[in-house]
Amino acid sequence: MSDYVIPSGWEAVIGLEIHAQLATRSKIFSGASTAFGAEPNAQACAVDLGLPGVLPVLNEGAVRMASLFGLAIDAEISRVSSFDRKNYFYPDLPKGYQTTQLARPIVVGGQVTITTGEGKQAREHTINVTRAHLEEDAGKSLHEDFHGMTGIDLNRAGTPLIEIVSEPDMRTPEQAVAYARKIHAIVQYLGICDGNMQEGSFRVDANVSVRPEGETAFGTRAEIKNVNSFRFLQRAIEFEIERQVDLLETGGEVVQCTRLYDPDRDETRLMRTKEDADDYRYFPCPDLLPVVLDEATIKSWRAQLPELPDAKAGRYQSEYGLSAYDAGVLTASRATAEYFEAVIARDGADPKLAANWVMGEVAALLNRLELEIGDCPVPADKLADLLERIGDGTLSNKLGREVFEALAEEGGSVDAIIEARGLKQISDTGAIEAMVDEVIAANPGQVEAYRGGKDKLFGFFVGQVMKAAKGKANPQAVNEVLKRRLDGD
Amino acid sequence: MSLTNDQLQAVAHLARIAVEPDWAEALRSDINGILEQADRLDDPRLNDLEPMAHPLDQVQRLRPDEVTETDDRETLMAAAPAQENGLFLVPKVIE
Amino acid sequence: MSTSDIPHRGGDAALINASIAELRAGLAAGEYTANDLSAAFAARIETIDPSLNSLVSRVEPVEPASETGRLAGIPYVHKDIFCAKGTRTTCGSRMLADWVAPYDSTVHERLTRSGAVLLGKANMDEFAMGSSNENSHFGAVANPWDTNAVPGGSSGGSAAAVAARLVPFATGTDTGGSIRQPAAFCGVTGIKPTYGRVSRYGMIAYASSFDQGGVIAKSAEDCATVLGEMAGFDERDSTSADREVPDYAATLNDSIAGLRVGIPRQWFSEALDPAVGDAVTAAIDELRAAGAETVEIDLPDADIALAAYYLLAPAEASSNLSRFDGVRFGYRCEDPKDLQDLYERSRSEGFGAEVKRRILVGTYALSAGYYDAFYRRAQKARRLVTDHFQRAFEQCDVIAGPVTPTPAFDRGAHSDDPAKMYLEDIFTIPVNLAGLPGMSVPAGFVAGRPVGLQLIGRHFDEARLLNVAHQYQQRVDWHTRMPSLGGDSSNH
Repeated sequence: MSDYVIPSGWEAVIGLEIHAQLATRSKIFSGASTAFGAEPNAQACAVDLGLPGVLPVLNEGAVRMASLFGLAIDAEISRVSSFDRKNYFYPDLPKGYQTTQLARPIVVGGQVTITTGEGKQAREHTINVTRAHLEEDAGKSLHEDFHGMTGIDLNRAGTPLIEIVSEPDMRTPEQAVAYARKIHAIVQYLGICDGNMQEGSFRVDANVSVRPEGETAFGTRAEIKNVNSFRFLQRAIEFEIERQVDLLETGGEVVQCTRLYDPDRDETRLMRTKEDADDYRYFPCPDLLPVVLDEATIKSWRAQLPELPDAKAGRYQSEYGLSAYDAGVLTASRATAEYFEAVIARDGADPKLAANWVMGEVAALLNRLELEIGDCPVPADKLADLLERIGDGTLSNKLGREVFEALAEEGGSVDAIIEARGLKQISDTGAIEAMVDEVIAANPGQVEAYRGGKDKLFGFFVGQVMKAAKGKANPQAVNEVLKRRLDGD
Repeated sequence: MSLTNDQLQAVAHLARIAVEPDWAEALRSDINGILEQADRLDDPRLNDLEPMAHPLDQVQRLRPDEVTETDDRETLMAAAPAQENGLFLVPKVIE
Repeated sequence: MSTSDIPHRGGDAALINASIAELRAGLAAGEYTANDLSAAFAARIETIDPSLNSLVSRVEPVEPASETGRLAGIPYVHKDIFCAKGTRTTCGSRMLADWVAPYDSTVHERLTRSGAVLLGKANMDEFAMGSSNENSHFGAVANPWDTNAVPGGSSGGSAAAVAARLVPFATGTDTGGSIRQPAAFCGVTGIKPTYGRVSRYGMIAYASSFDQGGVIAKSAEDCATVLGEMAGFDERDSTSADREVPDYAATLNDSIAGLRVGIPRQWFSEALDPAVGDAVTAAIDELRAAGAETVEIDLPDADIALAAYYLLAPAEASSNLSRFDGVRFGYRCEDPKDLQDLYERSRSEGFGAEVKRRILVGTYALSAGYYDAFYRRAQKARRLVTDHFQRAFEQCDVIAGPVTPTPAFDRGAHSDDPAKMYLEDIFTIPVNLAGLPGMSVPAGFVAGRPVGLQLIGRHFDEARLLNVAHQYQQRVDWHTRMPSLGGDSSNH
């Protein structure tokens, strides 16, 4: 986490608008596929292209997924919601309007709890969600050069989105990132969004304003768009707070505007001011009728809700005795929790040991390779094998790390690696006794000094035995035998 | 309510329709003629009525989430005024 | 081949005036084949249409897709607002002058499945905006009864083609009167069903919450046959009604004795041409003679309805027509210098004056600061008008009155004053606001130009409208009258 501190005397007010693409098979208003990566316009059917005469029909999956989100954040699911048209011209908007929900969104209210800081600094905050509404995504403009023209690919046009609008409840970039991560986790737990920020499945816009500490009125805000990672979100908000505070401290004024975050330059850039904003001429879409949901439907959807991050974290603490922090880390993403649960699914698994490994070795490996846990080169069942061998004394933690590295680099089975590399820990008491006796025999001076009271020399004997065992002796057994031989005789 | 020339130009821009000066006056007077009729909506009987968006009291039907369309790009793009490599082409969009 | 080449009882006149049932009987009896029939009507189009301009495209007839369907072998034309795959579909606009639809409208699919044979696409006011068919990129259409008169609009080509007996029937659409008004002006029978009865999929949208497809034919009986094939639930149209389509033919011959016919007193005022009023009154007398009872009802606020419609429909249109931007299909201006120029010139050059006027009115009505005063208020007015109908139908089963205040006017008569032109729709628009079914039935002539009787029913009561119209047509012969046309040897 960043150690950014807001300029003294100032307070930031942050609200987020998050667009999450829903993981439906087909589009929100047509039967075209939503799969990513097809040939340009191969997944744009007559409806998506907005051909003359075509009409929209609403996808049940999109309604269900949006409702699941609402249920997950304890929001109200509108029994009657409806669609409006937002009119503006843009080449990637085929009909000249976006079908969205302005007046009656499907999800109203709701909240999520976020935690910032660690240990004693840990603080919980409740962030309120204003609304979440269904809408269609636009296509893409490709600016590579086509004889000085722009190419339009409408495959994405009509992909269902929910736009999740928060209250301006966040006061620091850290809180904003924690909130965005929590929403990201929730949509992935629900299986309603793949959460891929690079491909634009999960997009975050931030509304940022600043005000003198103690002031209750909001300052003028800027909307930051085009933030495609949590790190950039943090940086973009930090930059924007600094920009606004600088302006105000030097007698300037913040102008309401939309800004783009440029990760290469690490700055936000003016896109348009309020004055150039279009008049969207919203009105009820006459091609779609009110969406009415009955209690039974909503009840059946509620029954589909999986265990969500907060509940899971609570269970990890009570059931596995994990710390709040560890439980929070392990449940922060659905993929991490799934990995962890797969590891401890093994009979006799030690959840604390597993937690340490997932948060330690696994996280470090992924970090080094810049991979997501879903692509971890050491799959959960291999890690479970490995931890089993630590548990039964075959491997020490240190040897375990060596096996883990081998698994990551070459794959293969845990036992085969142990065998091939001769990494098996020596726990056989007879063999260890023999090695201890040799060391004692070879170092009479040190033995005398130790027995004369130089306790610190114990470590020397352990080192000598381990050296003789090429590091493979079970350290606990070495300690026991040494103690017996040195102290007992 | 009547439309000024500036308003007409602003509306024309929103609609992406050019209103040349030689048409503006006649058009403005036509539109104002239509808007004059709208004064009849200043009727107190309307105040408490529920706005009516649709003639029938029906609710939206939901389509099962199934892919029913296959790639028909060649047919669907046949009428494109300008295209290349399966993309519609427009004058450079500056972002 | 011309119609006279067909060996047929009664020759030409009998063939072109034959009902759909008679044509089906002729086909079944082997008196002629479907190909003979389509060739005969195609030949008639060839001879007659140059003086009318009722069609914008001819379509090479193909074998009927069904031999047993209720419309098997029956030739027809579509209003050029219905997409038919592989067929140019222009909507009367330069914007779509070269656009070949890559898919079928549901209406086209259904008519094809029923065996109907498409012979052409009918002229229309551009994007269905107009009451005279003078707003077509492809030129005005002449009224077959008097070539100086307009045929009405926006389905003017469809009405003129049926009136001139170029086809047994034509499709039409009605947003504010666009089937009923041209049917009245051309002396043919037209039905606009309840909103939601006929699928709008593939029917190019003007104002989505008003648009409704329907039929123009020579008689109520033929309308019943065709509507039965066109109507019905369509899962591709969210506003399509999921209810059974009754067998409209089955109730045509029901007696209308005891039927309560509501006469809206406000519609017989000074706005109505007295001669038209007389013809309509005579028609109502005929219903009474058939056993119906008449009851005076109130349908006030036609002026409010008109004002509401001319805000709501343009508002919806301004949004519906945004897709015509020169990017994916349709007209694109030459050498656009930038994106803004592409949009503005493609739309300004591609759309005609009336379309642009309505887009601008609609854009204004929806713009910030005016939405509540215009759009929302107009939606409330829509409720008011609908409530009036609801109360009226507590007292009657159908409503009967004029379709238009005057018979067909001369070409150019209203083209300088859109607000005046809009008054043509004063009796038809309230029906669209409420989404009710309405019909226009030929009811006589004023100075040689036809007059229509309008019948309005409760939601989904098309069967009753068709029944009343059919019973009326059993007693009169207005619908059998045919205009005399140059180049036509079969005049009465």
